[in-house]
Amino acid sequence: MAAPTLDTAAPSTAVPPAYLDATRDNASLRAFLHGLPGVDQVGAEARVATLATRSIKTTAKAWAIDTAIGLIDLTTLEGSDTPGKVASLCAKARRPDPSDPSCPPTAAVCVYGDLVPYAVEALEGSGVHIAAVATAFPSGRASREVKIADVQDAVRAGADEIDMVIDRGAFLSGRYSAVFDEIVAVKHACGSAHLKVILETGELATYDNVRRASWLAMLAGGDFIKTSTGKMSPAATLPVTMVMLEAVRDFAGATGRRIGVKPAGGIRTSKDAIKHLVLINETTGPEWLHPDLFRIGASSLLNDLLLQRHKLRTGHYSGPDYVTVD
Amino acid sequence: MSSSPPTAAVGFEYAPAPESRAIVDLRASYGLFINGEFVDGQGPSFKSISPATEEVLAEVSAADAADVDTAVRAARRAYNGTWSRLAPAERGKYLFRIARIIQERSRELAVLESLDNGKPIRESRDVDVPLMAAHFFYYAGWADKLAYAGYGPDPKPLGVAAQVIPWNFPLLMLAWKIAPALAAGNTVVLKPAETTPLTALLFAEVCQQADLPPGVVNIINGAGNTGRALVEHPDIDKIAFTGSTEVGRQIAISAAGTRKKLTLELGGKAANIIFDDAPIDQAVEGIVNGIFFNQGHVCCAGSRLLVQESVAEEVNSSLRRRLKMLRVGDPLDKNTDVGAINSAEQLARIRELSAIGEEEGAVRWSPPCDLPDRGFWFPPTIFTEVSPAHRIARDEIFGPVLSVLTFRTPDEAVAKANNTPYGLSAGIWSDKGSRILAIASRLRAGVVWANTFNRFDPTSPFGGYKESGYGREGGRHGLAAYLAGVEEE
Repeated sequence: MAAPTLDTAAPSTAVPPAYLDATRDNASLRAFLHGLPGVDQVGAEARVATLATRSIKTTAKAWAIDTAIGLIDLTTLEGSDTPGKVASLCAKARRPDPSDPSCPPTAAVCVYGDLVPYAVEALEGSGVHIAAVATAFPSGRASREVKIADVQDAVRAGADEIDMVIDRGAFLSGRYSAVFDEIVAVKHACGSAHLKVILETGELATYDNVRRASWLAMLAGGDFIKTSTGKMSPAATLPVTMVMLEAVRDFAGATGRRIGVKPAGGIRTSKDAIKHLVLINETTGPEWLHPDLFRIGASSLLNDLLLQRHKLRTGHYSGPDYVTVD
Repeated sequence: MSSSPPTAAVGFEYAPAPESRAIVDLRASYGLFINGEFVDGQGPSFKSISPATEEVLAEVSAADAADVDTAVRAARRAYNGTWSRLAPAERGKYLFRIARIIQERSRELAVLESLDNGKPIRESRDVDVPLMAAHFFYYAGWADKLAYAGYGPDPKPLGVAAQVIPWNFPLLMLAWKIAPALAAGNTVVLKPAETTPLTALLFAEVCQQADLPPGVVNIINGAGNTGRALVEHPDIDKIAFTGSTEVGRQIAISAAGTRKKLTLELGGKAANIIFDDAPIDQAVEGIVNGIFFNQGHVCCAGSRLLVQESVAEEVNSSLRRRLKMLRVGDPLDKNTDVGAINSAEQLARIRELSAIGEEEGAVRWSPPCDLPDRGFWFPPTIFTEVSPAHRIARDEIFGPVLSVLTFRTPDEAVAKANNTPYGLSAGIWSDKGSRILAIASRLRAGVVWANTFNRFDPTSPFGGYKESGYGREGGRHGLAAYLAGVEEE
């Protein structure tokens, strides 16, 4: 996959005209974000619990498993990652089940910036996207210059998707325009690469904050909003994903612009993945069940999906020795 | 990105996921449960059908006056001979045992409830039966602690209780009636509704399994005549009725001047008030749960939506979007949200009132939904531009029909909410705690929910103001209805 050229013109996704006033300065942003309807924690969790009882069987299950595979950002984000590890991850992303060519590839692989060149090489011609985490992932504690350089480096190396982290410290202390400006700057540095904005919802702590951070990231030009770095617990939870789905649904209603959602971290079983698909289906509608609008950041999930897929096809469970070790 | 742009019609069709009926052992015919035994009723028999398919589930014989008398005598014998003499802790043991058996047989109870009533298995499985067990557990705990209930040092039972329950929550209403009565030391004769008699008879099996002494619980079937014979029987000490205001009134008249203690839980036309600072997404869930839970066959249903004008448009459009997601159909499918209307008679009433709503000028809307050809079905329906003078804003519809009204100020919300002869429940949605407390204290309704709706718990008393009845069920207050010399609080 050819590396996209760096776009030096104005960001392609400017702030929607209706929201120019709301994003003018910190006071305006604060007024706007705090004017969003609140989220009732008990009610949100009850809704998710009800949806989690949906019974997805037979043909629906088969469809859901294949769809989930095609939505995965297959991820390795370890200090011990090597070119070899990335190469094997990429092989798995291209062809998750070597014994079954009908098994779809994953949507992307997600790696640290310095390993992007190896992923580019391994994924050439596959259509599998290359996502790199950047902006001093996972803490985001570095100067703006370092963060931008981190992004540019990954884009130059061939990443066509950038997963950035927001400055949670700034967000929690009410400096919304600092967070906003930084996302705008990173989006600019991304050029044509798609930007996923990691909110690290585990640190934002409340659903009200999740909704506000979602709107902030969407207004600043993020193409995706993502729950977590995967480096802290809690990571992606169903209620958090639901609040974010409600935000993208409302944003699309207000602006016509569709933003993607990516829960990441903690989704390990097919059951969990299917619960997410049900959540999308009954929150934003099935339109979001597409890799351009929904991703699942995961690693071990893929093998569980493959085991379930195998079980559906053959009627019996195989075992961990029948899926590849990453 | 190189992938193609999202296409609109990606389908995620849930395959049918029916709960198996095999767990239910349906008999061809059923009778009465008197003195610990199943016996045939001498009255005319009637059929109990599945409202989802109109399939005949079983033939049930009704109790005539003589059967009613036999049942009351059995209850009296059991009261005098065993139940009132039993150590309170022993009564508690029976109730705990019943609660455990309910849990053990929960799937069977839930499936039969959905079959006979038409409610979605998701509700009977996750709400009705767990709450039923919870009520028995809760009152089992009270059995040997009555002296600490605040009704004096040694409160006494009343004797024999006649209990008449409706068809909307057959098992749950049975639990609300039987559990506190037995815990307080009374014996009972209970009549389930004629359209939903089967699960009460399954509960009778549970009583047998628990070795409950004969006559402590008696179950008789039949329609209004049987109910009248029961509540007018001279040897009962207590009447507990849940049902329509009209029938409740007749019962109150017949009980006047007798020693019979009476509690009535009647109709409602609850206001669900949405303030402009409400958590809108959860409020919409609450509205849906308030009126479409159990097909709206809920006396405390939030059937009058009062929305602050500044958010009315937003709430209305969110509500419509949400209604399109409701899955209406086979009650036994685990993914069904809205099941069948309980009877042809009830369906006719819902249709009639909805037609009147349209004639009076309200705007009717339902999401597109394919309703089954057989059985009794009514789509989730919203009426907007409803004025307080319209009949759909005043009469209890008892179906999946919501009337939407608006208000501008908190005072107007309170005035409109209280402008009803009923007063069973109400809901308030706001992120502002002080407002919730201030409004709640001004609403004349027995139950006021804040940022939720249709939540039930055995520890919480439930009951009405005005034409919604009197007396409380549930909680410590619920014991008062079954103790002698205790005034209702």
